[in-house]
Amino acid sequence: MTRALLEVEHLRVEFPTRRGVLVAVDDVSFTIAHGEVLGVVGESGAGKSLTGAAIIGLLEPPGRIAAGEILLDGERIDRLPHEAMRRIRGRRIGAIFQDPLASLDPLFSIGQQLVETIRTHLPMSDAQARKRAVELLQEVGIPAAARRIDHYPHQFSGGMRQRVVIALALAANPQLIIADEPTTALDVSIQAQIITLLKRLCRDHGTAVMLVTHDMGVIAETADRVAVMYAGRIVETGPVADVINAPKHPYTVGLMGSIPSIAADRERLVQIDGSMPRLTAIPSGCPFHPRCPRVFDRCVDERPDLLDAGTSRAACWLHAAVTA
Amino acid sequence: MKVLAEAHTAHARHGPAVERASVLLQVAHATKVFDVSPPWLARMLGREPRVLLHAVEDVSFDIRRGETLGLVGESGCGKSTVARLIVGLYRLTAGTITYDGVDIRSFASGRGHRSLRRKLQMIFQDPYASLNPRWRVADIIAEPIRAQRLLRGRAAMRARIDELLLQVGLSPADGHKYPHQFSGGQRQRISIARALASEAEFLACDEPTSALDVSVQAQVLNLMRDLQRRLGLTYLFISHNLAVVHHVADRVGVMYLGRIVELADKRTLFANPRHPYTRMLLDAIPDIAMSGKPRTPVAGEVPNPLSPPTGCAFHPRCPLANERCTRETPVLRGEGRGPQGEYETLVACHAVEEGRVPAREGRIPV
Repeated sequence: MTRALLEVEHLRVEFPTRRGVLVAVDDVSFTIAHGEVLGVVGESGAGKSLTGAAIIGLLEPPGRIAAGEILLDGERIDRLPHEAMRRIRGRRIGAIFQDPLASLDPLFSIGQQLVETIRTHLPMSDAQARKRAVELLQEVGIPAAARRIDHYPHQFSGGMRQRVVIALALAANPQLIIADEPTTALDVSIQAQIITLLKRLCRDHGTAVMLVTHDMGVIAETADRVAVMYAGRIVETGPVADVINAPKHPYTVGLMGSIPSIAADRERLVQIDGSMPRLTAIPSGCPFHPRCPRVFDRCVDERPDLLDAGTSRAACWLHAAVTA
Repeated sequence: MKVLAEAHTAHARHGPAVERASVLLQVAHATKVFDVSPPWLARMLGREPRVLLHAVEDVSFDIRRGETLGLVGESGCGKSTVARLIVGLYRLTAGTITYDGVDIRSFASGRGHRSLRRKLQMIFQDPYASLNPRWRVADIIAEPIRAQRLLRGRAAMRARIDELLLQVGLSPADGHKYPHQFSGGQRQRISIARALASEAEFLACDEPTSALDVSVQAQVLNLMRDLQRRLGLTYLFISHNLAVVHHVADRVGVMYLGRIVELADKRTLFANPRHPYTRMLLDAIPDIAMSGKPRTPVAGEVPNPLSPPTGCAFHPRCPLANERCTRETPVLRGEGRGPQGEYETLVACHAVEEGRVPAREGRIPV
């Protein structure tokens, strides 16, 4: 069996504060194979974006990786010096963020930004890099790319800007793209365009994607596998169809039921009472237990690991009997 | 295109046979134009013309007592402006809005009608911006009661605030806290309590759950539905999310660049969308059921509302557009007949009128 492209083992991200250490990502492990799309889904505060930031070495201080390992192609990248990480970021791991305006420098034309990115990572002359930049813009569907390349970010609409950001992420042909809520700031019709584009490009280039989003619909359309996060932990992971159609963790069950659907006429949505715990007060045992409709004694005291549950794995004691 | 005689007759609520008595809010030919010209001096020096933004253009609809009308559309389509016109935050450029038979413009002047104004309240999208961070929750909720002089005496006020907090699923003890002590969903509950404080009958809800996580959104949507049942509220529900609108609305209007392009009963609209834009929006919804049907995203983006396309504003993106569409602005026309002869849906589209719209394979079983 070939080795996975990305291996994350027991990752722990902490924020030291005056009132003690907050654990934002707690013992998270997963892998992404070459060319695979892993969806990471969860609500605000679940730790999904921080997991992505930890992988590309963009954790904002005082946040820090306190434990665990991150391996890219079998090589540790979580302890690399700044410079070495900079060479990996962009070259081997690309990034797409939610707000395209924040990812682009307003003072430079998109051509300048693309050429700079390409030349940082690939041995190319200015002219070669510019030619590649035009090709990239064409590939992400920007009309009249040869002319538009000299325009500035403010001259593009939101959807077009996100295409430029995708072109930037793909500039050096990375093996992995971390896309953090890439469509959240866009209108629905534009969202569909961007998702279709991202899917096609990654298939054509064999790029693996870690797609971080709160939107189950986007995951359903894009991902091969999905990891559901809650309070800094992965609570369920499995093939995307299985997790969506037959969720195993009570949180995933609630989450799926709470999404309004056009296919179903429901009188009421499934309601998970309460809200995601704050980092300062993560419950003991299973962090979901105070909101869980199927809680029992063991959940309060003992933290469940990911246990086999059919084709998926769920961090829930309900599945302990099956494995034991 | 006068097909589909499905038995949704009870829901077909428009066309000539609308019962006047039950209409609570009537919007007729509402138009709102914003003057976004540069300052006068700059304009004179630069010889620039006035710049007018037609945010809402000839919009008409009725909302019946106790029902929910959903308005959907992408950013900049004018849906929020419609809500703000109704609650009086903007003044109409043209057209009329009547509430319970009274022109809302008379709320400001006519003494007898002042008490009507408080019946219309608004819920905003961002519960972090719409609550005063320096006020305690009890004061936030009490403000409309005090301003309208609805109650006298401390005890009565306290009792009313406690009742409102309980109604929205909070506890009376929460009244002493400040907004920052609450999560987004709880803050939206506070907004709802404040709206209900003035004994509102009609709530204009502008993307009330768009800033919330899905599980919290479910809590708020369930609460809104419970309150509607219990208090007989009428909602205008604005959202860009079609699935949410499908869940809450009885009837749905689709807006594009300031105009309503389709207006129909929810079931009709989702089962048999007629306007090409409505179809595009429906196709753009991520397919969570994973039926595997490929979606075909429509090319192009919403045009700049300062220089809208001629004729039908959707024609540059429309697969069915022809020469007439570039020239002539379509108006809402009735389409399809129910058994009582009422229209099933109202559509503003030349292609629909001329029968050029192909039948649609239903992706979504309703």
